[in-house]
Amino acid sequence: MIKGKVWKFGDDVNTDVIYPGKYLSITADPVEMAKHSFETVYPNFIKEAKPGDIVVGGKFFGCGSSREQAVTCLKHFGIKAIIAESFARIYYRNAINLGLPILVCKGISSKVNQGDIVDIEFETGKIKNTTTGEEMQATPLPAFIMEIINTGGLIPYLRQTAKK
Amino acid sequence: MTLAEKILARAGGKKIVTPGEIVTAKVDVAMSHENADVVLKAFREIGLKKVWAPERIVIIFDHRIPAESERTAATHKRVREFVAEQGITHFYDMKLGICHQVLPEKGHSIPGQLLVGTDSHTTTHGAFGTFAAGIGGTEMAGVWATGEIWLRVPETIKIIVSGKFKKNVSAKDLILYIIWKLGCDGADYKSVEFCGPTMDDMTIASRMVLSNLSMEMGAKVAFCPVDKKTIEYVSSRNKNKVEIIKPDADASYEKILEFDVSELEPQVACPHAVDNVKPVKEVKGIKIHQALLGSCTNGRLEDLASAAKILENKKVAESVRMLVIPASREIYLEAMKAGYLETFIKAGALILNPGCGPCLGGHQGLLAAGEVCISTTNRNFQARMGSAESFVYLASPATVAASAIKGEITEAL
Repeated sequence: MIKGKVWKFGDDVNTDVIYPGKYLSITADPVEMAKHSFETVYPNFIKEAKPGDIVVGGKFFGCGSSREQAVTCLKHFGIKAIIAESFARIYYRNAINLGLPILVCKGISSKVNQGDIVDIEFETGKIKNTTTGEEMQATPLPAFIMEIINTGGLIPYLRQTAKK
Repeated sequence: MTLAEKILARAGGKKIVTPGEIVTAKVDVAMSHENADVVLKAFREIGLKKVWAPERIVIIFDHRIPAESERTAATHKRVREFVAEQGITHFYDMKLGICHQVLPEKGHSIPGQLLVGTDSHTTTHGAFGTFAAGIGGTEMAGVWATGEIWLRVPETIKIIVSGKFKKNVSAKDLILYIIWKLGCDGADYKSVEFCGPTMDDMTIASRMVLSNLSMEMGAKVAFCPVDKKTIEYVSSRNKNKVEIIKPDADASYEKILEFDVSELEPQVACPHAVDNVKPVKEVKGIKIHQALLGSCTNGRLEDLASAAKILENKKVAESVRMLVIPASREIYLEAMKAGYLETFIKAGALILNPGCGPCLGGHQGLLAAGEVCISTTNRNFQARMGSAESFVYLASPATVAASAIKGEITEAL
């Protein structure tokens, strides 16, 4: 179970907005990357968001470039989960591979507001907005994907498999 | 089965697959550019000594060439050392151009094969009948380790194109129009199959524009028909026997869409979204500061030819910086022989070395606040090419050339 405060974004938030291309060559340090999350277009995020918060997107979250820094920055910022109406496919895969819990939940945009507190049960996909009491059902992840996320991402997962 | 289903069935060792099914597929080609640095770091963390197949990995530098910073220089150096250590056969240092142009030129884009690349515009190789999809760096480390990847079999959208383009209207205008119709997520997770009489007539270079920009409607892969033209191109680049692959006549499609290009007018994607498309005439008159001709979308010989024809004996407006970036060294040379480069230089344009240039905001021509760029590239997201207060319009090479002369957005006549 994950509990966190919502940072809400609109539709079609792209990876240039999440992690600007100009920083791709400047740093490979995830802690440094975290400081540039959403920096150019949503400068308030870095100032006000806190580790443990949850990002909620509209449709097609993470569209655009394949840069996984757009997941790394949020993970190292301390974002605990990303939920959206839908994701661009590469972003979705990157989140799984980097071990950042990610869920598709149709209708979530109209059921949570900026600053609401939500409870997420990953195994079942049950989400509760504890601020309003409203409940939602996300699409649960297949078991093998849950296993990758629970192991901490693809690298620890492969390390474990290699040992076996 | 559709093309995507056929290829995933083969790569997954199955007789038949259906959309929604997840297959573990064997990768034929694994492509990375500078972000091979991210991949090798993750690969080392797995703890394996050797990559699964050094002859199946292709690494190319194109995003920041020559190195624009000490940091990039160090990235290039680390990757070169890894290439030497692992004996990676196909390494193209910064001399050849953009990955999505150089891989076909070097014979890596093969009909029926599975290619994954750590670049979103990897869909480009679908123009050759390759199942080509973008993935992230960590996932590529998994491919380097195992040679396999799990993939969900996508539903397929069939797009039938008919009609003849009007003068100065091209594949770029068509795909921008399709993206406007379908929306930026209209093909999210899907395979796209372009077909129809217009596709049969289309050059390989134009087909690549369609497959490339299908990414901007979310496509996982985007195929063009595999025909005689494809086989001729691929066979001239690769000695292995290449076969025509076609979808089955009874393949099942999620949607079938038809587009007639005969009345299509020049299109432009307005800031800050690729699906914010309008006919050029509706935004005519907007002042521009930069005009960019190049990229994996439109930096091929026919693109340079189309712009050169318009710029012949003309001048780029005094207030405009025009940048020309041939997509590869091969194209650079051909454009030189054809006299296009001389035309550009005489017109007042700057020629930059083959590569990605300023498209992704790394270097070579970024925009200041308040500036406007008309560009043949593939993304106009806010802050992508520099300042968050700059504006990028995406259009065809003809529209970019005509606008460069006038100093404002205009149609090529």
